[in-house]
Amino acid sequence: MRYALLMHYREPAEGEISEEAIEEAKEAFGAYGRALESAGVLLYADVLQPTAATTTVTCREGGLQVQDGPFAETKEALAGVFLLEVPDLDAAIGWAEKCPGAQWGFIEVRPTATAFVDGAWTR
Amino acid sequence: MDTLTSGGGGREAGPGRDEPGPVTCSASVAARSASAAARDSYGRLLALLAASTSDLAGAEDALADAFERALRTWPSQGVPANPDAWLLTVARNRLRDQWKSAGAQRVVPLAAGHDALAYIDDVDVDSIPDRRLELMLVCAHPAIERVVHTPLMLNTVLGFTAEQVGRAFSIPPSTMATRLVRAKKRIKAAGIAFRIPDRADLPARMTSVLEAVYGAYVIDWATGPQDRRLPSDALPSDALPSDALPSDALQLAEVLATLVPGDPETRGLAALIELSAARAPARLDAGGRFVPLAGQDPSAWDPHLISRAHEHLRAAHARGQLGRFQLEAAIQAVHCARGPDGATDWPTLLTLHRILQSIAPSLGSGVALAAVTAEVDGPAAGLATLDALLEEAGQRARWFQPAKATRAHLLDLLGRSEEAVAAYESAISLTHDTAERQYLEHRRARVAKS
Repeated sequence: MRYALLMHYREPAEGEISEEAIEEAKEAFGAYGRALESAGVLLYADVLQPTAATTTVTCREGGLQVQDGPFAETKEALAGVFLLEVPDLDAAIGWAEKCPGAQWGFIEVRPTATAFVDGAWTR
Repeated sequence: MDTLTSGGGGREAGPGRDEPGPVTCSASVAARSASAAARDSYGRLLALLAASTSDLAGAEDALADAFERALRTWPSQGVPANPDAWLLTVARNRLRDQWKSAGAQRVVPLAAGHDALAYIDDVDVDSIPDRRLELMLVCAHPAIERVVHTPLMLNTVLGFTAEQVGRAFSIPPSTMATRLVRAKKRIKAAGIAFRIPDRADLPARMTSVLEAVYGAYVIDWATGPQDRRLPSDALPSDALPSDALPSDALQLAEVLATLVPGDPETRGLAALIELSAARAPARLDAGGRFVPLAGQDPSAWDPHLISRAHEHLRAAHARGQLGRFQLEAAIQAVHCARGPDGATDWPTLLTLHRILQSIAPSLGSGVALAAVTAEVDGPAAGLATLDALLEEAGQRARWFQPAKATRAHLLDLLGRSEEAVAAYESAISLTHDTAERQYLEHRRARVAKS
């Protein structure tokens, strides 16, 4: 099954985190990515820019609306997405536990419903 | 369902046609055989059917179809030699139909009789690994809402209906049914697999499983048929409603103990259930009247169950990790160790009850502690303990029958007759069991006369 690990945490203010801590986090994410890859479960991994860089688009009210910032202001923000192919929820939870972001934030583990593969939506 | 009502299934030479033995039987014999299979094998068959897909709802539908088909075909074709194998094969074919799922196939009569069912007697259900533990672990998965663990296990593993489970949990049946459906959908959608977790994760997951087995043991007591619903004999010395003959809970506890022999609490729970079951034969006298623990004849207790329970307790004790179920079992063991002279080791019981109340406080164990305190330090001390407990529990204790019955007994001992009669009355109004109610009525009448 495909699972998205959605990493959420409070965004630090500029300069709040020391260079040293940032280096440590980068190393931890590096090791995590390599572990996912060597286990053959990683489809893709992206860590996102802060919400300050977000633009939100909707056509729900009729015409195009483009908005500065995320669609909802929350204390914890979506910070990264890992897409994995693993046998079951326990395996996905196991990888979520190892995600460095779990140390300071939350990892939402969500199965995908359908994926666009080879030109068609497949289960 | 549509396959079964299309008319083909009932007329074709289906399962059982090559069976030796009775060719036909009455509808009532078929119904009895089907309900026996339902009672004994439901959870086992459901676990086998759902294990590969985690689709409990689909497996339940398939199994229900198989039972329905059994009720229609067994009266004319005879009860198969191996009803479980028959049901499993028919339900598997139903699942296969569901997977093929083309609309056209759903109105074609079940093809079950043509292939697999010809070899039905070769299907040895007992040789297939029991998947009930995996099913229970799925039900107790941390990704499933905590409050639904036990109801889900009672519903899927032990076959209690949503209505029975709802009643036991004092929740409207429709609410309970909704919760169960939601949980089953979630198991499938979230991909919770039927497998034994790693050794590191197993202990935490086992705790929920044990609680569910304990729940099965209590629910039997509360809603079981009359012959299985036995009174709480141990009142007032033991106020826990632990007196059913819960063959399902007993069986599950034994399965668990076999699978994780090193888990002391699993052993403790098995011992607890066995010790209670061991006393069942002595709980009613020849006239069906309730016999309190103190009046029971120890020679009527089941020595096999008691010695089996002691084996579990010894194995548990060797691990050196005390827990709630081991303590409850130890308390039952002390009661069962009462000699022919009827002397009970009350000081030891008091120690055990105090430890139990400190590591796993509950209303039931608190009431039992008060009753044992009364035996050791006198009824006044017992009543003080009980009233302190009831005050702390507040509304929660208002409908708790063992608390009322114990309070009545203690007031009676203290010679506070008027209060005792009133307390007996409120205990009687909360007692569902006929034999125990008669016993309490008898006690009340005696106080009233004196």
